[in-house]
Amino acid sequence: MRMKKLSGTYLGVFLAFLYAPIMILILFSFNESKGRTFTGFTTRWYSQLFSDAAVLDALWTTLVVAFVASIVATIMGTAAAIGLNKMEGRSKTLIMNMTYLPIINPEIIVGVSFMLLFVVAKNLLSSVGIPFGFGWITLIIAHITFNVPYVILSVLPKLRQMDGSLVDAAMDLGCNHWQAFTKVVIHEIKPGIITGFLMALTFSVDDFVVSYFTTGAKHQTLSVLIYSMTKKRISPEINAISTILFVFVLVVLIVVNIMERKTLEKQKKAREYQLREGGI
Amino acid sequence: MRTKAAAYPYIAWGMLFIAIPLGLIIYFSFTDSAGALTFDNIIRVGKYSNVVVKSVWLSAVSTVICLALGYPIAYYMSRASAMTSRTLLLLIMLPMWMNFLLRTYGWMSILENSGLINQFFGLLGLGPFHLINTQGAVVLGMVYNYIPFMILPLHSVMLKIGNDVIEAAQDLGASPRHVLTDVVIPLSLPGIKTGVILVFVPSVSTFVISQMLGGGGNQLIGDIIELQFLGNAYNPNLGSAISFVLMLIVLLLMSVTGFIGDDLEENLI
Amino acid sequence: MNDIIISLQNISAEYDGEKVIDNLNLDIRDHEFVTFLGPSGCGKTTTLRIIGGFVEPVEGDVFFDGERINGLPPFKRNVNTVFQRYALFPHLDVYNNIAFGLKLTKVPEKQIAAKVGAMLKLVNLEGYESRNINQLSGGQQQRVAIARALINEPRVLLLDEPLGALDLKLRKEMQLELKRIQQTLGITFIYVTHDQEEALTMSDRVLVMRNGKIQQNGTPEDIYNEPINAFVADFIGESNIVHGVMLEDYLVEFAGVKFACEDKGFAHLEAVDVVIRPEDFKMVGAEEGMINGKVESITFKGVHFEIIMEGHGLRWMIHSTESREVGENIGLNLTPNDIHVMKKLEEGR
Repeated sequence: MRMKKLSGTYLGVFLAFLYAPIMILILFSFNESKGRTFTGFTTRWYSQLFSDAAVLDALWTTLVVAFVASIVATIMGTAAAIGLNKMEGRSKTLIMNMTYLPIINPEIIVGVSFMLLFVVAKNLLSSVGIPFGFGWITLIIAHITFNVPYVILSVLPKLRQMDGSLVDAAMDLGCNHWQAFTKVVIHEIKPGIITGFLMALTFSVDDFVVSYFTTGAKHQTLSVLIYSMTKKRISPEINAISTILFVFVLVVLIVVNIMERKTLEKQKKAREYQLREGGI
Repeated sequence: MRTKAAAYPYIAWGMLFIAIPLGLIIYFSFTDSAGALTFDNIIRVGKYSNVVVKSVWLSAVSTVICLALGYPIAYYMSRASAMTSRTLLLLIMLPMWMNFLLRTYGWMSILENSGLINQFFGLLGLGPFHLINTQGAVVLGMVYNYIPFMILPLHSVMLKIGNDVIEAAQDLGASPRHVLTDVVIPLSLPGIKTGVILVFVPSVSTFVISQMLGGGGNQLIGDIIELQFLGNAYNPNLGSAISFVLMLIVLLLMSVTGFIGDDLEENLI
Repeated sequence: MNDIIISLQNISAEYDGEKVIDNLNLDIRDHEFVTFLGPSGCGKTTTLRIIGGFVEPVEGDVFFDGERINGLPPFKRNVNTVFQRYALFPHLDVYNNIAFGLKLTKVPEKQIAAKVGAMLKLVNLEGYESRNINQLSGGQQQRVAIARALINEPRVLLLDEPLGALDLKLRKEMQLELKRIQQTLGITFIYVTHDQEEALTMSDRVLVMRNGKIQQNGTPEDIYNEPINAFVADFIGESNIVHGVMLEDYLVEFAGVKFACEDKGFAHLEAVDVVIRPEDFKMVGAEEGMINGKVESITFKGVHFEIIMEGHGLRWMIHSTESREVGENIGLNLTPNDIHVMKKLEEGR
């Protein structure tokens, strides 16, 4: 009993620690003055947000980069996982190790290495007269690169769990390789693909370090904009947009959670049925 | 087989955008601005040895604190009902969906001299205490940002420890303390390893936390790398050399903990 | 004969660089129920997969209805498979699982519905169309898998240990069911199993396999009554297998005793395996038998008693409806046709 009380208190304190700065941010998004002391309630920052060109441009850049990079990464990563699943031996180990690199390497090294690559590429390409600069392209390439591994690592286990004879069965019933993929395999690995896509999207939206080293002067992502603001004073508009994003994620998570619970219940019912009708 | 070909676009992509960029770091580390081979850059990293030591020290402290704070939570979650466990997991993950720069900025508002804590103490007639721009603030920022990365792998490993194993230990006469030291901790070792890596690596390489919470006086490895690439001191050769050293530190830690190996994949997902 | 539907000629296959099928030759006639029987790793499933098109032999030719089909992918072969763990598509319901093969071929929906209905009737699953796969019991899933494989009207149905996951009672039921379906449709069934009873019950012909080679090819009666070597004898039913020496035609010595037998054509003093079915022994009084010894244990098996007797330095298994006491001295008699003399197995083959 005493243990229970103790752990409950500890959890409460821990969660307060986790949420304190977030609550502060949300609170300040309704703060009348721009400073860090609360002077009065206002929704001014929310309305101003939608007329601030810099913030809206950053939001747009962030979303475009995140979606383009995640979609490309999901397609390339899923294909890669399917290919890798069939590979064996040294070549597979080598490719898998390459895949882990962007995940286990410190972000700053990933960012810096991209910067070096793009600087070298810029010099090489401009010497042959092709204009190349930091901007959309460099951002998207960098984001695709650090997203693909997450897709591969969430699709691969699904492929491995999949009953291999499902593909055999599909081909046995008349599917060619491509049909077997679209009609059977994709349905089996769909959860992995979705997880991979969502992970990629989250990491992209959230990324600061890699974007910081690969962004151009013109279009900045939200993170990079926020960072440049922290050097001075953060505009409460940023608090407002973060609050909106936070509430949005919260709602999505709650919906997903409820949906998952429903499928779990369905599966439970199905299992009960199977037990009841043990025989035929 | 044709199926393998599905991986070829990614392999080409990885060569171009994973392997070559890392190769460039090594190339730049050992050349000067004219492209001639040199060890000057690596030697000059020695000048920053105090920064390196400080980075490793602060990250190590943060990692230990994360482990100490996170372990009981992960254990509690793994023994709680599925419902409680899921809810807690969600609560711990949720803050990660808010931009980490903003969360860190939130701490600035709390810690600064005219911040919330000092306002509170001010009401009691105490302070103001100097909290921000200290090493303690940097450690706090690291712990705050990266503790979920400690809890998650611990939790998933502990979930696999069956209650029957714990009951068997109790049945055989193990006290709660011995259940912990002789059964739970050894079995959760893989999760501890992963958690340590996942907290230490971003901590030792951060430059945002040190800049926002540490002020100018608490420069870490990440700060001096950033300075060489995007700061006034533009020197990609030196920057690469420092990055190279940082990579070596990370690699060393991973081989010491035995993180790299057959179960790397398991450790990551 | 011209009704040979599948012919395997000089087939060898490898798995992970190891030879799993070794120069196998086999003809299967149309409308036949053929069973590949053998322990795991004997190559029976690989042979089935070669016919299905999932494994390419490294050597040899596969003929289907007189046409060489090496290299032809599974989706172009007129055979269908019932997989070991059914391999039903979890994202489709019963109807769409069964209709899967037809939907690939642009058959009008109405026709598909009619055929699916007929198939459900054939496997006794009418009314289950919209069930989810995970709402079915093992036996029901098995029936869906059979219906799904049959809807394309294959000339040959391949079944890879389809009953392995079912419990004993259900397995017996499905054996009869499968035999009925095969007779109703009149197509060729090629069946893989390691269960000798299953093989003997259902098949027109049984092929006993070991280490990638066919040991014996014959009717269930032949295989049971006239096993060609000790391996087959041991695999099909229980047997006593002892070392013996062939003294001359029709005379073999084992357990230190000379026995008249019905076998001939061995070399003088050739070492042989002698196989005796446990139900073939006749129990007589102590010291009255050709082999004498003491009862070591006795187990009631339902239909008979299983008696283990020690005698002449060997252990003998006897099946009898009569009981004896443990420790009792008894004798055993054999007539010449109870004794099966076989060539020694080459090691590893």
